[in-house]
Formats: sequence, structure tokens, C-alpha cells
Amino acid sequence: MNKSTTQLPIVIIGNGISGVSTARHIRKNSNIPIVIISEESKYFFSRTALMYIYMGHMKFEHTQPYENSFWKKNNIQLLQKRVVNVNTKEKNVVFSDNASLKYEKLVLATGSTPNKFGWEGQDLDAVQGMYSKQDLESLEKWSPSIKSAVIVGGGLIGIELAEMLHSRNIKVTFLVREKSFWSGVLPPEESEMINKHIIANGIDLKLETNLAAIKGDENGRAKEVHTDKGEIIPCQFVGLTAGVRPNIDFLKDSDIELDRGILVDSFLQTNEKDIYAIGDCAQQRTAIGLRRPIEAVWYTGRIMGETLAKTLTGSPTKYTPSNWFNSAKFFEIEYQTYGWVFSNPPEGTTQFIWQHESKNLLVRFSYSTKDKLFLGINTFGIRMRHECFEKWLNEKQSINYVIEHLNEAIFDPEFYPHYEKNILKLWQQQH
Amino acid sequence: MATTALIKTKKIGKQIGIYIAIIGAILLSSFLFTSEVAYNKTLFLSLSLGLIGSGVLVYTYYLYVGTLPGIKNNGVWFSSISSTGILAWIAGVVLTLFYVALYWYPHWLGLRSDGKSTGLVALFDPLSVLLNGKAATQWFVYGTLYTFSILIFGVKYIVKYRHSRYQIIRTCSVMFFQLSFAFLIPEILSKLNSDLPYFGKDLKNMWPLNYYFFESWHLKNLLNSGGIGLFFLIFGIAMIFVISPILTYFFGKRWYCSWVCGCGALAETAGDSFRQLSSKKVSVWKIERWLIHTVLVFAFITTIALIWSFIRRNAELSIISGDQFIWGIVSLLIISMVAIYLFKRKDFSKDALYSIISIGIIIIGILCINYFSGEKNILFINSYKYSKWYGFFIGAAFSGIIGVGFYPILGGRVWCRFGCPMAAILGFQQRILSRFRITTNGGQCISCGNCSTYCEMGIDVRSYAQKGQNIVRSSCVGCGVCSAVCPRGVLNLENSSMKNRINNVSNPLGSK
Repeated sequence: MNKSTTQLPIVIIGNGISGVSTARHIRKNSNIPIVIISEESKYFFSRTALMYIYMGHMKFEHTQPYENSFWKKNNIQLLQKRVVNVNTKEKNVVFSDNASLKYEKLVLATGSTPNKFGWEGQDLDAVQGMYSKQDLESLEKWSPSIKSAVIVGGGLIGIELAEMLHSRNIKVTFLVREKSFWSGVLPPEESEMINKHIIANGIDLKLETNLAAIKGDENGRAKEVHTDKGEIIPCQFVGLTAGVRPNIDFLKDSDIELDRGILVDSFLQTNEKDIYAIGDCAQQRTAIGLRRPIEAVWYTGRIMGETLAKTLTGSPTKYTPSNWFNSAKFFEIEYQTYGWVFSNPPEGTTQFIWQHESKNLLVRFSYSTKDKLFLGINTFGIRMRHECFEKWLNEKQSINYVIEHLNEAIFDPEFYPHYEKNILKLWQQQH
Repeated sequence: MATTALIKTKKIGKQIGIYIAIIGAILLSSFLFTSEVAYNKTLFLSLSLGLIGSGVLVYTYYLYVGTLPGIKNNGVWFSSISSTGILAWIAGVVLTLFYVALYWYPHWLGLRSDGKSTGLVALFDPLSVLLNGKAATQWFVYGTLYTFSILIFGVKYIVKYRHSRYQIIRTCSVMFFQLSFAFLIPEILSKLNSDLPYFGKDLKNMWPLNYYFFESWHLKNLLNSGGIGLFFLIFGIAMIFVISPILTYFFGKRWYCSWVCGCGALAETAGDSFRQLSSKKVSVWKIERWLIHTVLVFAFITTIALIWSFIRRNAELSIISGDQFIWGIVSLLIISMVAIYLFKRKDFSKDALYSIISIGIIIIGILCINYFSGEKNILFINSYKYSKWYGFFIGAAFSGIIGVGFYPILGGRVWCRFGCPMAAILGFQQRILSRFRITTNGGQCISCGNCSTYCEMGIDVRSYAQKGQNIVRSSCVGCGVCSAVCPRGVLNLENSSMKNRINNVSNPLGSK
């Protein structure tokens, strides 16, 4: 510590999973001073768990993966402040109180911010996204006076917000622009299953419906939503969950090159030498496989952080994420995906689907039509082993092999019913 | 609009359920204050238990009606009873008072030494006569209420976790073992063998959880009870040295702690609403390791001393001499320590180290017993007194008052976590010689914290899951709730080869 007081720190803006992963992994290999800056919260918490605080499953402290003493013990300095600019020439960050902090290296891990598309009334009271700790606090503040709410935008945050409000016995109307829930990602059967499940939970799901305007009452609080179909829905709260975009507005006047996100090369470096960007706010200059240039996903943030920490501790490492995977939970239905399964199968790929006749269980495989290579799997209601698919995708196993060995991949608890034989039987019938 | 109506019905239904149960509880406790003996006890016992039971069931029905199967933890931290609010404190005080009465002031409950009890104890006479042929004691009242709670709250638990077959089957198992092995069979066996002296007839209640198993009065009673006594003695010893190690090897300590054990049964059913209260702090984990191993050492030395003095005083009943016994135990411990060191060195963690230290202290203790004590005394203390103190501090104060009385404050597994010597032994084996582990699913963890929050043993499950490490912890009772509450399908209880069971990886899956 004494030696390092003269050394400038690695400054990390943002204490989400990306920034914190970077800090933790730097500390494993080095004693470089580290400062993490976040206005949102002094201590790291799991953003994905905010919904469970609202639902009463956990308190805020339960969402903190490390005890408060952890940071001091690991000599990681935490600053709860707002950064308003980055001065790349002087190598410092400027805070809202005009103070500044010099950095040796800078890591931008500022995450996302909810999209707003210039809707009429989008800035009224009780109209908000659901992304940050402050969003949660604001929602909590409005909640006692919410009888019915409207959610605009059918993605993962939208359905989570629906579940949250529903848990407090609030009547929810869910406006989804697409023909079916999350149909840009989920193939039709999956999407339809989730539609039904949303309705089964008592949510008023309105598909192919857009927000036209939000009208306020005399106090400036939202009182009704007008849809593009002319419907007027009275409500005391409007959730805007039409996706997120990189949280980079504070960099507009800096020399850092931006597009939709902060542009980075394969080492996660920006156009400025000692500045890196990771997580939701980073945009790859060169596409990595079939991945999107901006991936606002927990796992991606974590992997980028782990990778960047290597670069920052003397072993420059390219960001090479392994096979795509993701997961979510739609009310009671768990979803996992490994490899690529697209809602519209691209040319040269075929899909095979098994669905339980009554339960919410569904498995879809994607494979190359010509040489029958396994490409990916969607699984709903049946837990499967990440490790198996990682291995099979790397080994370029055939679809036949995967379906025949599916029992090795089942990760459901003991005594759960098994369906691998039904899946295999259906596959054999169809091929 | 159907939903608004449903919400209303649910609210009213739950309240009706609570009121019915409260009326039952008031009726039951009103017998505390009666000295009347001539009334229809069967009617009033059935009525009060019936009201409590049906109240809980009505509440359960309206709590979960209209909900889809899945995790039901909405509002846990908003409700007074489950978040250490005022109701929790009231419940804690009432439970604690009940235990104080039970252990030290049974006459508060109406117990009379002449057998003509009054009050609450007398209310249970008809059931006691039916089952064991004798008038009720405070222990019969306790056993009945204990079993009753496990059954009623077991039903609630099954409805709550109806999406999980593991939880349903496990709960049926604890309900079965409590009702039959712990309650009905011992009572009926006493009735059938009313001429025999008392001995523990709960086959599953093994030493050291059953701390009096090796006490001299108990050994004598067993040996003086003919074939059935001998059977219980041999089965009890076989449980310790054969059955338990084998089952723990194959399934982990969960085969006992969350499938069979009565303490576990109550914690998992009646205590389910309090599982989130266990502390996950690293500092508390430290206390846990010291405390539980201290109790283990205490239990072990007491037992060795008891057997030793029993052998000395009852040479005609024993097949080995006191010295042979002592040296036998010491060699057994040394052999296991050496074996652990030779074969399990690389798996050593703090847990194992603490256990090794415990064993070392036990050996020294035993040798002291042998060298410094006379015919009757160990460590200059009368062994009978020693075991009485153990019974007071560990058997009553710890397992009863802190273990159950403090359910609403500290969570349902305080005894299992900090005090149970049985859990310490099984845990030690689980750590070093078992096929059981909780596996984490590659890189899927989102660090949300549900697993850690709902771990009743206070294990910070998330700290392993987010690194992609298997959870191989001696304290894990294998209840399976971490796996159930995980929203991303990350955790799974598995028995498999011991190879690579402990995987100290620091990065989960994700990068090439």
C-alpha cells in the first residue's frame, strides 16, 4: 500500500458486474491501486436481483455478493460520486462537484439506461424504467398508490416488472409491440407458451399494441395510457421497458469515440490508449461470431471483466467469449439457451422441437441442415448442464449425438420426471 | 375482474384460517389453567388440535389457491412473523416459555408426581392411554404437539413447493419418520412391554443426538430388557458404526438431517417460514465451526467417560475391560487421523482442520480420564453429574430453547448448525468421505442471492455458485431449497464419483 500511494490508480467507472469483475481479478494478480466509482450505490449489488427486493424475497443487503468489509480488505477504494466528463489529455475524470481524479488506466463500465422514444408524457411522474436501484426506490415510493399499471415493451425487463407489480396485487396491462412476446428472440412456439403463461398469471397482455401517449393528471402524474388502437387505459403507473441503450451520454464531449456504444477493439480498448470499455456500454468494432456488437447481458459483462483484468495486469488478452449462453425466468418458467437458436432459422439450419402436451416444457434444437452439426438448444422448464453443451459445441458433435446423450445434460433435481426418451422417440419418428 | 375477486377471497380466507387456528390455540392453552379433572378430554383434545390443524390448512389453501406451482416467497421480508417483526418476537417468547416449562417447571403444565395430573398434561390422557397405556406426561404432550406441528406444517410445505418432487418426497419422508419411528412405534412398544424399564425406542434417534444412549442407567435398562433391549442396543450401535457411515457416503448427511431426523423435520416444516433468518456472515461461520466442534468434543468425552465408568462398575455385564476400551478408542481415533492425513490431505480446509483439532482434544481428554480419575470420577468430576450438565446445557437449553424457541429470531436450524454433535460427525464425513455435493451450472449464476438468503444453515451458497465451484460443505443438510429458489437453474444436489468433487476453480464458464 505504501509503495502504491504514489502510483496512480486504475479507475473503474461503474460498479456493476463488469466493473467489479475487473477489479476482483486485477486484485488477484496485482497490488495496483484500484478505485471504483458509482453514483448508484456505494457497494456492489446484483442488478438482476432488484426485482426480488420489490417482491419481498430478499432485502437489499442480500443482493450484495460481498460483505462491506470485503472492499477494504482487498484494498479496493469505493467512491460514490457522479462522473460528468473524462479528460483524456490530462488523464482524469471530472465529478459533478468539479473535483477530479487522475487515473493510470480507465475502465468504462457504465452499463445501460432505459430507452425512451420521445413518447408524449414520458417524463410525467410515475413513468419510469426499471433498471437502477433508484428506479426501484422510485417504484417503491409510488407503489402504495398504484392500483393498476401499464408496462410498455415486451422484453425481459418488461415481464420482470409485470411479475413484480403482480406480486403486490397490482393489476397489470402489458403492451407488446410485436405479434407475440419477445418474438425477436424466441421462436413462435416458445413465445406462444410465454404469452399463455403471462395471461395465466392474470396479466392483461395486449399484443401488437403500441404506446401513443401518456396523459397526466393535474399534479403531473400519469393517469392513463393511450394506445395506437385508440384504447385508453387508466393507470397510476407506467413502466417503460422498451429495451436499454448504453449509458454513455456523459462522454459526448470527450475524445472517446462513440457510436451507439463506446467503440472498442478486440482487447476492449477504446480509441484512447489507456481507456477501456466493457459490459453493456461497450460496442465491438468487429463482430465476434454471430454475436451482436452490443450485448447487454450479465454474463458478457462478467466475462469481459475477467478478460480485461488480464490485460491490465500485464498479459494482454483478447476478448474471446466462448459459446453463447443465456438464461431467464418468465414468472414460473425457467429458460436456458446454449449455442445459437434463432427465432427465424437462418438459411442452411434446421430446427427440431419437442413440447410437452400439457406442462410448460419445451426443448428446441438447432442444427446445420447439410452436415447435421448441433448448433444450439433452447430449453424451457427443464434445467440443462452448461458444461455439456459447451463441450459438445466445441467438439462439433452431431445433432444425433446430442439427442442420444441428452440424459447426461439434464440438470433437474432428483426425482424429477425425465423426458429424454420422449424427445429421442419424437426425433426418430421425424427422421 | 376475476383477479380482484380472487385477491379478496384469498385475503378473507387466510384471515378465517388464522382465526380458527388462534381459537384452537386459545382453547388448548386454556387447559393450562384448569384443575378440573372430570370433563370430556377426548372431545376437547380433538377439538383444540382439530381447530389448530384445520386453521393452518384453511390458511394454506387460501394462501396458495389461484397461484401457479413455483417459488412462493412473495412478501417474506414484509411480513412481521417472517422478518423478525413484533409477531416473531411474541412467538419466540411463547415458544421459549413453553420449553422452560417443559424442562424445568412441568407442574406449570399440570404434571403431578402422583400420576393424577391436571391442566394441559391431563388433557392428553386419553391419547396417551390409547397409545402407551399410561397417563400423559409433559413429554407425551410435547411429543404429540411436536409431531402434530410437523404433520400440519409438512402439508403446508408440500403445497408451497408442489412444483418440486424432491421437496415433496423429502417432506413425506420426515413426516413419516416422525409419526412412526419417533412417535407411534415407541409409544406402542412401551404399551406392549409395560413391564420393562424405560429405554429410548426411537430407532432413528442415534447417538450422539440421543445423548443418553450410553448413560449407565440407559445401558442397564437396555441390557435388562431381554431381546428387545438387546435389539435396540445392537441397532443403536450399528446405526453409529455401520448404517450411518454407509448412507452418508452414498447420499451425504442429508439422508439423516433433512430426510429422517426429528429436529430437521421440525426445522423444515414449522421452521420453513424462518429459514431466511440464518446469518450468512463469515464471522458467524467462524463461531459455528468453533461451537459445533466444542459440543462434539464435549459429547464425545462425556460418552467415553460414561462407558468407561459403566464398564468399571458393571464388569459382569461387559465383554471388555475399561483399559481395553480406552485404548481401543484411542487407537481407532489415531488410525482415522493418520488415514485422513495420508489420503485426504489435499482436501483439507478449515473445516477439516477444526475437526482434526477436535479429535486431538478428545484423545487427550480420554487419556486424562484414564490416568487421573479413580473408579467413579472423571477429570475429578462425578461422571453422572457431568452427563447431567451436558443434558442441561446441550440437551435442553441449546437444542430446546435456543434451537426451537428462537426459531422466529435466528431461523430454524440454529441447533443443527451450532450445536448438534451428530451434525458435526456426519458433516465431517460429508466433507471428506461422501459422494454428495451441490454442483453449480457452469457460468449461469447471476449472483442474485436467493440461494444464500434461503439457506437455513447460513451457507453463502452464492459465493461458490458465482465462481462455478461445487459446494462441499460439512454443514449442508441437503434440504434442496437453494436449488429450488434459484431462478436460473444453477444449483443441483448430486451424488457422484468423489473424483473432482472439490473443484477450486476461480472462473465460471464463459471464456475460451
